[in-house]
Amino acid sequence: MTEDTDTHETSEAEGAYWRDNIRLLVTLMAIWFACSFGAGILFREWLDQFMLGGYPLGFWFAQQGSIYIFIALIVFYVVRMKTLERKYDLDD
Amino acid sequence: MDTQTLIYIFVGLSFALYIGIAIWSRAGSTKEFYVAGGGVNPVVNGMATAADWMSAASFISMAGLIAFLGYDASVYLMGWTGGYVLLALLLAPYLRKFGQFTVPDFIGTRYYSKAARVVAVICLIFISFTYIAGQMRGVGIVFSRFLDVPIFWGVIIGMGIVFIYAVLGGMKGITYTQVAQYCVLIFAYMVPAFFLSFMITGNPIPQIGLGSQVNDGSGLYVLQKLNLVLSDLGFGQYTDGSKSMIDVFCITLALMVGTAGLPHVIVRFFTVPKASDARKSAGWALVFIALLYTTAPAVGAFARINFIDTVNETSYVEAPGWFKNWERNDLIAFQDKNGDGVMQYRSGNAFEGAPEFAEGTGASGERVVTNTPVADSENEVYVDRDIMVLANPEIGNLPGWVIALVAAGGLAAALSTAAGLLLVISSSVSHDLLKSTFKPDISEKGELMAARVAATAAIVVAGYLGIYPPGWVAQVVAFAFGLAAASLFPAIFMGIFSKRMNKEGAIAGMVSGLAFTFGYIFYFKLANPAANVAENWLFGVSPEGIGVVGMVLNFAVAIAVSKVTASPPVEIKKLVDSIRVPRGAGDAHAH
Repeated sequence: MTEDTDTHETSEAEGAYWRDNIRLLVTLMAIWFACSFGAGILFREWLDQFMLGGYPLGFWFAQQGSIYIFIALIVFYVVRMKTLERKYDLDD
Repeated sequence: MDTQTLIYIFVGLSFALYIGIAIWSRAGSTKEFYVAGGGVNPVVNGMATAADWMSAASFISMAGLIAFLGYDASVYLMGWTGGYVLLALLLAPYLRKFGQFTVPDFIGTRYYSKAARVVAVICLIFISFTYIAGQMRGVGIVFSRFLDVPIFWGVIIGMGIVFIYAVLGGMKGITYTQVAQYCVLIFAYMVPAFFLSFMITGNPIPQIGLGSQVNDGSGLYVLQKLNLVLSDLGFGQYTDGSKSMIDVFCITLALMVGTAGLPHVIVRFFTVPKASDARKSAGWALVFIALLYTTAPAVGAFARINFIDTVNETSYVEAPGWFKNWERNDLIAFQDKNGDGVMQYRSGNAFEGAPEFAEGTGASGERVVTNTPVADSENEVYVDRDIMVLANPEIGNLPGWVIALVAAGGLAAALSTAAGLLLVISSSVSHDLLKSTFKPDISEKGELMAARVAATAAIVVAGYLGIYPPGWVAQVVAFAFGLAAASLFPAIFMGIFSKRMNKEGAIAGMVSGLAFTFGYIFYFKLANPAANVAENWLFGVSPEGIGVVGMVLNFAVAIAVSKVTASPPVEIKKLVDSIRVPRGAGDAHAH
């Protein structure tokens, strides 16, 4: 993202909080991409050779697994952000 | 008691419940009308969001789509849930911190421009009406089949109910009604799913049942059996798709980003007390949605197995009751091509187009179809995909009260989404066009009245679309998601994550994303449908997935234009800083 080089300043805590937030976002979005677009679509055919119970693995990611992982990602984000906000004393 | 009486009782009770809630929670101020007063508990809001989100399409059509598309239907499952990750991580908390009433509010303020606000309103109204028009087919099907009334009266009844709670209660009324509607619809969806899963696999949990062995003694897993049966009848494998990988990729992404850009979903996150609650609320919404979305693949697969078992190679005379019920409603047809009185279900279309029936009955008592038969297919059965969920309890021979429950659930799903859409239309008209653009001196009472008038007008238009559905409705559901992905999402996203993005960039981006996506879908879906084949598509992307290309174009144009125009004013940069941190607006401004 483009950041400004303007005179306007943010407080140090806010800047650090935002950088930590972006780092966390990038990590979680990478997992989001890997489980849905990666396992469910791009590598689906290769994964389908493995079985999870009666599910071919790629098919399982596409129609079940991705959704469970999405929930886990949001839960993790909610918890982690709360800790970050307390750390920088910015919680609401 | 017969099933029809049970249906009237269940539907009547659920309608009485919604109206009761509407009267109890009527809105007295614009804040209550637009954002339910802003004090909704995140779990409650998650439930309301789930009902708002899961439309007639999710409840009625999705399992049918999965049943007939197999792997290809994964685009809907991942696309319509993955968007909540984007919402929770990238949009909801910041929009809540911004703390206004509507999506154009954010765009108009962040881009310090009435023009940007009006462009956003145009995008929003266009997206919402497209989406509403898409809902109406579902409303029509459910009403005509289950209430046994003409579609005209069915739609009038539905609109009357929505009118009471949306116009009277605004967002406040809708929120609590949607909670009730969620409970009705999820219960109605799960009960038959448990029954079916237990019948077919012996395991009542559908999510596990789909991965279990069929209890017919064959030792095959459900998906294996389905693949086997379908190949025997000349269909492709259930667990392999037929769409190209790039198309599956783009449609999934367009649905995800579109979900995150749909105004009636975004606006629900304005109703919780705090920014951190908006994150929690998006998580709860996804949990409630996932309950249905992880069940739907099982329902789809079981329905397909049951359908083939009961219909294929059965003589029409012995066809089950549900088959004839849905034949009466034009959604199933049997054309006895080889004249043996037995229904052959195979790959390919039985005849060309949607069934047209003549007076009288054929040799076995079936309704006579006048369509031209397709000679190179042995298939004799036409089945509309949408009946899969609604007919499932009947196909599986479940008791009458389950059928009645599904009827009430389908109505709840259709009504809750229609109400949510009507509300965003009415609030952007009264708040963004009237109060913020053309008549800033309007009193709160006047604005509230305007919101109610706008909601009424929107209901009348939606009702008209339900009674006289234009032929293009089924063709254009792709519009809503593609346009939301190509117009609103990038503008909101850059408004939060880039301080350098200015009004020139945002407007140019929205206009180019919208124009490109609209033009592409219009050309292939309406102007020249004959050309709608993979060879003609840009990068091999179908109109359903083209919103992704529109979104990329939006980002590129916006960034390029913002580079060569003036940086936004300092107040706007302060505004962006303040929405990035959760602590109260007062604190964030005092650097």
